Amino acid sequence: MSFLELKDLRVHFPTDDGLVRSVDGLSFSLERGKTLGIVGESGSGKSVTSLGILGLHKGGPAKISGEIWLDGEELVSATPEHVRQLRGKKMAMIFQDPLSAMHPFYTVGAQIIEAYRVHHDVSKSVARKHAINMLGRVGIPEPSRRVDDYPHHFSGGMRQRAMIAMALSCDPELLIADEPTTALDVTVQAQILDLMRDLQSEFDSALIIITHDLGVVAELADDILVMYGGKCIEYGNAEDIFYRPEHPYTWGLLGSMPRLDREASERLLPIKGSPPSLINVPSGCSFHPRCPYAERTEGKSVSQVPELTETDGGHLVRCHLPRAERRSLWENDVKPMMETT
Amino acid sequence: MLTYVIRRLIGAVAMLVVVSMVTFAIFFVVPQLAGATPEAFASRYVGRAATPETVQLIAERLGFNDPVVVQYARFAKGIVVGAEYDYGTGVEHCPVPCLGYSFLNQQPVWPDLLDRMPVTFSLALGAAIIWLIAGVSTGVVSALRRGSFFDRLAMGTALAGVSLPIFFTGMVTLVVFSYGLNLTAPGGSWTDFGENPGEWAYNLILPWITLAFLFAATYARLTRAGMLETMGEDYIRTARAKGLREREVVVKHGLRAALTPILTLFGLDFGLLIGGAVLTESTYSLPGLGKYAIDAIANNDLPKVMGVTLLTACFVVLASLIVDLLYAVVDPRVRLS
Repeated sequence: MSFLELKDLRVHFPTDDGLVRSVDGLSFSLERGKTLGIVGESGSGKSVTSLGILGLHKGGPAKISGEIWLDGEELVSATPEHVRQLRGKKMAMIFQDPLSAMHPFYTVGAQIIEAYRVHHDVSKSVARKHAINMLGRVGIPEPSRRVDDYPHHFSGGMRQRAMIAMALSCDPELLIADEPTTALDVTVQAQILDLMRDLQSEFDSALIIITHDLGVVAELADDILVMYGGKCIEYGNAEDIFYRPEHPYTWGLLGSMPRLDREASERLLPIKGSPPSLINVPSGCSFHPRCPYAERTEGKSVSQVPELTETDGGHLVRCHLPRAERRSLWENDVKPMMETT
Repeated sequence: MLTYVIRRLIGAVAMLVVVSMVTFAIFFVVPQLAGATPEAFASRYVGRAATPETVQLIAERLGFNDPVVVQYARFAKGIVVGAEYDYGTGVEHCPVPCLGYSFLNQQPVWPDLLDRMPVTFSLALGAAIIWLIAGVSTGVVSALRRGSFFDRLAMGTALAGVSLPIFFTGMVTLVVFSYGLNLTAPGGSWTDFGENPGEWAYNLILPWITLAFLFAATYARLTRAGMLETMGEDYIRTARAKGLREREVVVKHGLRAALTPILTLFGLDFGLLIGGAVLTESTYSLPGLGKYAIDAIANNDLPKVMGVTLLTACFVVLASLIVDLLYAVVDPRVRLS
């Protein structure tokens, strides 16, 4: 069994308007030292998945089913207290906006010290040395002075570094980064991604990067999982997804990515329409209302939910189009358009 | 920081000067506009059988015939350096801060106020401790169990607490706990804390609870609203993701952030209250500043009313200054400048 394994995870929220199927049957696995990128639009269920792994839906309104195996332990059925003890120690999370994700009333050091002392029975001064050490390791200059600063004294990039230091303070084996660079300047983004790559190899942890930015996963991910409407619609290694994508939605994501090697006058290729409602999920393939190739499936995409099927070793696609047709569409239709338009 | 404090103190003094002008205008100028003559003021200092000549003489001696500005200047000077009053029976010296003499018993107002302050302060302090603990904890639990039976019950009670006046709840508690069950003092009794702390508390417990009920209701609602907001913040999710126990998440991260507006309100409420809890003190016949003010109003004893008003204004201005300074301690993002 892999270090982390999700089997048919479902996270549903009952609301007055109906059941919101935020995550609807998600399965994947991840080994130590590897990086998985989860990509999708807003509302595709990326963040809900990560909060689910950390057990942060426990005690809330969410209905969770399926299995989450972390290092041989099942977490969905585990007690909230047990998952709390794992949280921060065995698995940790880096959040999107480090300004709102850090408490404004406590110093950066105090927050790291707190994270460390929850799981380690050490004195404050020992924890403080550890916090200074961690701040130094994530590249904060003069950490012994900055440790007593408040989050609002830090710049955006520094705050994200501090956030990473806090997440890594207990040496977690699984690190989940939810849009870690979205709130940052482009120049700082690259630094943070470099930092995360270095730290991951140093700590040999499993890393999940959640993003809507394919550029970020291109930098870091070994494997990529594309989510749409709470489901995985394509999964493969980075090469598969970037060079041999087979799902029309993935094509859309790639086409809507700005690239420096194209002329500025060229238009992006946006995906038409907007993300599906998670309450009234479209029938059949949830992508069919936006799919330019939907009519080629002879109505199947409207009536049947496609299965996630293996197209090549480890490359999974959830699409009704026959494999040969998908490949020829990509090679002859989509790829040339992306390269030339 | 120091310049800020000095600037705020100067501002506070200026504020008090304005307040003293306004109160002086209300109590000594407005009656004149409404037709009160200098003799009418003077007649309050003399006996009922005084001849018009005596009244006129007193009015002259006490300066009621002078222009308003001169009268105010004399009043203000009295506060700062003391004053001399001549009633015709010899000159009386009124020491600093001279808030004037009572119309009724010709006693200076300030010593009276000093006498009454411990009563009101005891009442306010005890009530404040009760309402802070009760209000804030009720608000926290209500927010955490939003929509539950407890929440509805607590918010219903809070609504009642905000709406029911003290003279109603006070009477009810007196009837039930004092006259009915004989558990508490019947009101009207006051023992100094230094004399007998047990009796002090015994006499005050009912007023404390009644007064606290009123404020606890507001604080519960405010805390609940604040907690609902802060518990949805990103940093709460971070705190949970660190693996903190829920209690720490709620108290150390949630409540800590929700306390700031409560602190502000508390400072102002407490400042206002130590200037006289009028309704509570009258309901329970406690000899505090509020009761003093009410009695003075009933007797048209203007110098007393003015004295209490000015003192209360002092407390409120002071309290808001302290709150502002504390703000910088509570919220590190606030810079005093």
